[in-house]
Amino acid sequence: MTKSSPPSLDYRLTVNGRPHEVQDSWIGESLLYVLRERLGLPGSKGACEQGECGSCTVVVDGRAVCSCLVLAASAVDSEITTIEGLGADQALSDVQQAFIDAGGVQCGFCTPGFVVAVHHLLSNHHDPSDNEIREALSGNICRCTGYGRILEAVREVVVRRRSS
Amino acid sequence: MTTAVSTRLRQGTLGTSAVRPDANAKVSGSFAFSSDMWADGMLWGATLRSPHPRARVVSIDVSAALAIDGVSCVITADDVPGQLTYGLIAQDQPVFARIGDEVRYVGEPVAAVAADHPETCRRALAAIRVDYEVLDPITDPEVCIAGTEDLLHPDGNIFREQRVVHGDQSITGEVVVEGTYVIGMQDQAFLGLEAALALPDHDGSGVELYIATQWLHEDRKQIAACLGLPEEKVRLVLGGVGGAFGAREDISLQVHTCLLALRTGRPVRIAYDREESFYGHVHRHPASIWMRHHADRDGRIRRVEARVVFDGGAYCSTSPAVLVNGISQIQGPYKCPSALVESWAVRTNNPPCGAMRGFGVVQACFAHESQMDKLAAAIGVDPVEIRLRNAMETGDVLVTGQIVDDVAPVERCIRETAALPMPPLSPDSDDYRDIPGGSGLTADRRHIRRGVGWGVSIKNLMYSEGFDDYSTARCRMDDGVVTVKFATAEVGQGFVMLAQQIARSVLGVDEVLLDTIDTQIGSAGSTSASRQTWMSGGAVDAACRAVRERLLDLVADRDGLDRSSLTIDDLDITDGLSYRRSVVDAAVGLHIDETAEYRHPPTEDLDQNGQGNCHVAFAFVAHRAVVDVDVDLGLVKVVQVATAQDVGRVLNPLSCVGQVEGGIAQGLGLAVMEEIVVADGLVRNPSFTDYLLPTFLDAPEVVATFIEEFEPKSPLGAKGVGEPPCISVTPAIVNAIRQATGRGLPRVPVRPSDICL
Repeated sequence: MTKSSPPSLDYRLTVNGRPHEVQDSWIGESLLYVLRERLGLPGSKGACEQGECGSCTVVVDGRAVCSCLVLAASAVDSEITTIEGLGADQALSDVQQAFIDAGGVQCGFCTPGFVVAVHHLLSNHHDPSDNEIREALSGNICRCTGYGRILEAVREVVVRRRSS
Repeated sequence: MTTAVSTRLRQGTLGTSAVRPDANAKVSGSFAFSSDMWADGMLWGATLRSPHPRARVVSIDVSAALAIDGVSCVITADDVPGQLTYGLIAQDQPVFARIGDEVRYVGEPVAAVAADHPETCRRALAAIRVDYEVLDPITDPEVCIAGTEDLLHPDGNIFREQRVVHGDQSITGEVVVEGTYVIGMQDQAFLGLEAALALPDHDGSGVELYIATQWLHEDRKQIAACLGLPEEKVRLVLGGVGGAFGAREDISLQVHTCLLALRTGRPVRIAYDREESFYGHVHRHPASIWMRHHADRDGRIRRVEARVVFDGGAYCSTSPAVLVNGISQIQGPYKCPSALVESWAVRTNNPPCGAMRGFGVVQACFAHESQMDKLAAAIGVDPVEIRLRNAMETGDVLVTGQIVDDVAPVERCIRETAALPMPPLSPDSDDYRDIPGGSGLTADRRHIRRGVGWGVSIKNLMYSEGFDDYSTARCRMDDGVVTVKFATAEVGQGFVMLAQQIARSVLGVDEVLLDTIDTQIGSAGSTSASRQTWMSGGAVDAACRAVRERLLDLVADRDGLDRSSLTIDDLDITDGLSYRRSVVDAAVGLHIDETAEYRHPPTEDLDQNGQGNCHVAFAFVAHRAVVDVDVDLGLVKVVQVATAQDVGRVLNPLSCVGQVEGGIAQGLGLAVMEEIVVADGLVRNPSFTDYLLPTFLDAPEVVATFIEEFEPKSPLGAKGVGEPPCISVTPAIVNAIRQATGRGLPRVPVRPSDICL
């Protein structure tokens, strides 16, 4: 006796302003899985599958979410922005550059999620205090840096944006 | 009158905050971690694990799993063609548990599947029927030490028993303090989960494995033995590594992934989820340490006595070496003429334990630094003074009889830490984020008590007890283009950046290419034991220097110059007179290729009395922690950690700061929140929901300074920076909580109930 494969369906997602066809996808697949394994966008990382670590942070309709907790098939009518959609024309964004300059990157696994979260924070809050930065990013776990250089990176972006 | 000396450093060379070569890819999401690897026709692999801490495998029926559409194969111990077990020190850990044999911990692999989708894999695992005869586990290390007929493994229940008998055994002190200290099981909790992609050779005669590991060549040796293949048929390439901290030194999914790929003839990727990761790698040893210090009336240590028990869990891993690290540095960074230590690392049915940043010294340090505060109280001096009175210096002797012949600036570490600014007594604002309990809004500032605590530590660098952990590097210069190759695992620490810095400094070029990190060159040893800056840094330095000498030989010959006067100055070759030409120009048409191995001086095994020159070198560090405690609810906010660390020489300032801040966060985790809770052999919290890691709001302000006293034993003058930050910060924080609360707190992590009940 054989059991059948998991049920699947076809749908379309809009990621970084571009439509993507998703075909023959098991309905239980998370947005994180579909981005990484079906759409060739592996920049979002999975590290807990429980929404605890923020490595998979993407922006869905203006809200920063953990893509591991979003069913991909539920995001068909949404605008999705991932790490691959930041920066322009091969250039790094100011946040990305600041992470490098401040030493905020070690193993780098948490970095894409942090970069997306920082962009989202600063698009809604132009002059956050240190504690506001810490609180806004407390859903993103970094195991390497102890957060000191990441805090410094965010401060640098705030200063640069203010002066430009 | 002073003379200003210009010491302009070219950006990117040693001593500057060079930029990581992988930084752009990492911030833009294009860096390929091992979990991002993908191949055409790839299958997914998954592992079936034991739900019991101890049971006999009676039967395994895989037929229902094989019948599921999309399942390519199911493998068990019967499908392992080579050696059935593996391990770093003793090969005692099965690739899969065999029918008739015991599983020895929750999570022990029993079978693996390959299928077309992760969900198909999950269904296949659920369809495998395993009958177990459940047995009573042994989870108390003392049962094994007392001796039992009930053997958990043919190799026995004791991984190592080691005594240390040092100095005059009749010494006693006018002042005696003692205590028993308990350290919980910490997880490395790297972010990048275990993942690998195996590609079988077309003829099935070999396999290529993309793997996140700390030690490619040791992995290859163990994998090849289990696959029954010669090592040259197993090629390993470093996949991007998302942190390691010791947890990637042992085999986890390597053999399983290769077996599935060879069986199916297709690429196979295994990627653990977080729960499986908790079961799939070793952890920091939980330990129980009794210590008694004898001191004179002035608080000078005369003798230490200790009984040290490390629970190694089900398999050996590196337990014997972890134990020796702990007991050989049990005196801490202090003078100590006499010692008696009894110690054991034992096998139980708890999760296997092995390497984690600090490697045995973390446990020892929590004990000796707790004791130092007790000694200070008994003598009636403050915690800084007691440590200064006992501070180790170059030439002092360890309890193993080994002379510490390194730079040993313990006093400077303490004094310079003490000189760092304290945080404000109470923050200006009543911002809830500055108060224990944070956004829970559980306290106001009037109920908060502040404490200050100290910790100081010694940490050995490199491997010990006779292990020849050499490193290999190759440097080529082709038409002025420099390429460096090594097998050194880049796990986030930044060796790729350091290798470029070394090459730029030695060769006078700005562009340095890095070859693939794989097994197509000799071993680099493990990225552990704070050893790669010293060992692989030494190898890259030697290879680059060999290329430089050859370059100058060839240029002298070709251009008719006096070889003895040729040097590289900044980016130029010059004879100090009229000849000056850029290295890149001068090297056009030249092809130079040099490989070098770096070895440290040999070390010795400890004898039966624990005596011997077992370590290569040592680094030192001091930590001062300031905490705020809500004593009613037992909540702690670590406000600030100050530290002065002995680094020999700062090779990359930003990188050093990153290691220090990151290590402090991990030490904070052990102090107040991180613990794998194990009950009757069962792991109760294998997830990031229940295993608490320090977040942005938990991380303290860090004020750090580096003590630069060039270490002549080190090829670059530098000491490893990675481990010391996470060692004495834990007792510093706990000593601060003790000062704030008056509680004894003999155990880490300190739980709220330990403070408020």
